[in-house]
Amino acid sequence: MTNNLLFDFTVDKTKKTVYITREFDAELSLVWDAFTKQELLDQWLAPKPMTCKTKYQDFKVGGKRFYAMVSPEGQERWAIQEYTSITPKTNFKMYNAFADKDENPELHGSEWDHTFSEENGTTKVSISIYNESLERLERILDGFTQGMKMALSNLENLLTTLSKK
Amino acid sequence: MRRDIFQAIADPTRRAIIALIALQAMTPNAIADNFNTTRQSVSKHLRILTECELVKQEQQGREIYYSLEIDKMKEIDQWLEQYRKIWETRFNQLDNVLSTIKKQKK
Repeated sequence: MTNNLLFDFTVDKTKKTVYITREFDAELSLVWDAFTKQELLDQWLAPKPMTCKTKYQDFKVGGKRFYAMVSPEGQERWAIQEYTSITPKTNFKMYNAFADKDENPELHGSEWDHTFSEENGTTKVSISIYNESLERLERILDGFTQGMKMALSNLENLLTTLSKK
Repeated sequence: MRRDIFQAIADPTRRAIIALIALQAMTPNAIADNFNTTRQSVSKHLRILTECELVKQEQQGREIYYSLEIDKMKEIDQWLEQYRKIWETRFNQLDNVLSTIKKQKK
């Protein structure tokens, strides 16, 4: 599928922040649901071949979503999101931290800010992700590890194929 | 003895160790807690990773912490490029979810 929808991805290392902007060919309320309802989030948040499963979600200020990214081998990487601010269909903020399977969060997390706007049936979502330490920005970005593991396993497959020749 | 990076990542346990310490610096014991294997086996893997210069050790008090040698792995921009690709994939998946829902509504 080709489209002309905007996709912008920038990193400000000095501000320890990643900025992502994307347009979607759908009305705002639908896009809002896709970002805030677990049954929809679980359908797209994990880059294939990973899958995403939400154990529970309570979308309100102070509420949490406890979820895991699951690798094809069944390895689970749990994380907790706590909603810190919600302005329906306009903006929501959350604090994201990796956790163990018993919901014990790791020390450092990241702060996520999502802003939604609609124009002529196209919905724009702007996300900023602030990481508490630069090290985090470089190492702990959500999905980062999985991405690296995938890349490494792809590399390994390639090497295996090459070495068989 | 110098080893190469391919040897470092050829083993699934070492790949898992890299993934773990990519998240934060860890002691050998903390790393070993994540595996159904002996502390000695983890130490061996850490030694190989160290020889490949993929991880570095840092003494903090009485503990030694292992962390990922990012520069050696790849330039940060290449890492971020991967992260960007993950978001690209995610959003393409979201496009599909949205278009499916829109069709159902009609």
